[in-house]
Amino acid sequence: MITPNHKAPLTFATIEPDVGLRAAMAKPRADLIAEITASQLKGRGGAGFPTGVKWNLAAAAQADVKYVICNADEGEPGTFKDRVILTDHADLVFEGMTIGGYAVGSKTGILYLRGEYTYLRPHLDAVLAARRKKGLLGVNVAGKQGFEFDIEIRMGSGAYICGEETALIESLEGCRGEPRNRPPFPVDTGLNGKPSIVNNVETFAWATCILVKGSAWFKAIGTQRSTGLKIFSVSGDCKLPGIYEFPMGITVNKMLEAVGGADAKAVQIGGASGHCVPASEFGRAIAFEDVSTGGSIIVFGHQRDMLAVAKNFLEFFVEESCGQCTPCRDGNPKLLEGVEMLEHGRCSMRYLNELSSLGETMQVASKCGLGQSAPNAFLSIIKHFKDEVMGRTQGAAH
Amino acid sequence: MLVTEQERLKSDIGTWLQRFGNDRAALIPVLQEIQKKYARVSEYGMQVLADQLGIHPVEVYSVVSFYSFLDHRPQGKFVIRLCRTISCDMQGKARVAQQLESDLGITFGETTPDGKFSLEWANCLGMCDQGPAVLVNDIIYTRVTPATVHDILETCRKTFGVYALESSHEEGHA
Ligand SMILES: Cc1cc2nc3c(=O)[nH]c(=O)nc-3n(C[C@H](O)[C@H](O)[C@H](O)COP(=O)(O)O)c2cc1C
Ligand code: SF4
Ligand code: FES
Repeated sequence: MITPNHKAPLTFATIEPDVGLRAAMAKPRADLIAEITASQLKGRGGAGFPTGVKWNLAAAAQADVKYVICNADEGEPGTFKDRVILTDHADLVFEGMTIGGYAVGSKTGILYLRGEYTYLRPHLDAVLAARRKKGLLGVNVAGKQGFEFDIEIRMGSGAYICGEETALIESLEGCRGEPRNRPPFPVDTGLNGKPSIVNNVETFAWATCILVKGSAWFKAIGTQRSTGLKIFSVSGDCKLPGIYEFPMGITVNKMLEAVGGADAKAVQIGGASGHCVPASEFGRAIAFEDVSTGGSIIVFGHQRDMLAVAKNFLEFFVEESCGQCTPCRDGNPKLLEGVEMLEHGRCSMRYLNELSSLGETMQVASKCGLGQSAPNAFLSIIKHFKDEVMGRTQGAAH
Repeated sequence: MLVTEQERLKSDIGTWLQRFGNDRAALIPVLQEIQKKYARVSEYGMQVLADQLGIHPVEVYSVVSFYSFLDHRPQGKFVIRLCRTISCDMQGKARVAQQLESDLGITFGETTPDGKFSLEWANCLGMCDQGPAVLVNDIIYTRVTPATVHDILETCRKTFGVYALESSHEEGHA
């Protein structure tokens, strides 16, 4: 198993196994969901939807079959915390899924693991087998009469878009990973048309912690609108790239200090779909209400060419767009072409402005989160680094 | 009796369909198994799978073409995927790419004439704090340098004997 370059101590390591699960089973379902809701835990996969609300909707849905799906497709550039959580704390994740199953009334959990992480499969299979042996999966889970739950693992096949929850469901159903229109949402019409909760790996692990330590503990950490702790994957130009845990709302400055990147020129927060924050804005908070991230933090030192950064991200989106809708399928290559014009110093200010408004159109007119967020990095880089990206002399890398 | 590769593939597909549940949801898991064992999903395989599932072969093809880990063309025994995303880029992926091309004598997107190696780009492999990252089939290598490219390829060549044995057995007499 590959260990991170650096791993800060995580709360997950302090959680006693199965205490959360037993605490959950001791509660009526409504109280259990109320506990998660009270913690104000929001999804750790990026979008930040309140987990308690999601579980409540699925619990309320009337259906014979429901699904609990753990999104381990982790494909956002710069993110590797789910891999580390699954390597070191898989039990907490499976426990969280089991708690979710009890909460919404589901018998079936599915972990959707990206194909790039196939090497984790034997380890995860072993953890699941051990849980079955201990009676923590199967019939009468943890001694709870009548509660049946098991988890299967399904593999991805190298498509970033399958991290989007409806694309993930399409993929589970044996189709191309093309996002669906939402609504209807998966909590209502999910896998096989049945109510399904889709949550990130880290979200399930925090749900377990909340059952152990209480919603008050979680809620007391972070900011009013972004409660609790968050795991960050830090890479790029800093002394100690790796895995970190911080309260939500930490400023970019504080984070950079901790990772040894205080002299950075800019930080990409939220991966390729996120925003590029220049040094002048390092006082900003990493939180849902300010700059939000599913965990990806990429540090850029002064030597970095920000246009090259924008280009790398756009190449990513051109490749990973599912091609289903026009703003995203045609918009990304257009932005990339613009970056290439900038590289050669052949982009007028007027055309650059046109590209900006194209980007804004993509943000509102694309069908799913990929196309809606693809222009973010480009737009923030041309906004903050105009002098750096414009007026290049031919061929010069700047 | 001589078992042709087609017959073997057909019987494998039957076995896998049984294991994964004989319905549309089994499509991708079965395709993944085919890819793993046969290093490609051939037209014949798609046709058999479509017949068994009662769907049009074009549906199977459209799924195969969507996912980057499923390939219609024959892939090498070892598929080498170098991460091209930003953090690995900043850690020197371009030089690793150059060295991979030189050592293998092919460019990205190609397979060596002996069918041993395919070279592909990948997007972020989730090893950004220790790039450049390279995935060889299911094995991940981190902090790859131009000099260590050779070691990785040698490791593949050494294990190739085992794979070769397995595949000649697959395609041979039963
Ligand atoms: C293009 C795209 C890729 C995504 N990739 C992931 C991913 O890899 N992992 C993840 O948990 N969520 C991902 N999401 C978010 C999911 O759609 C969904 O919101 C999330 O899994 C819900 O879980 P959470 O509420 O616990 O965060 C992605 C969204 C989009 C638009
Ligand atoms: S926005 Fe992009 S990824 Fe999303 S549905 Fe449209 S084309 Fe597909
Ligand atoms: S950027 Fe290469 S592994 Fe993430």
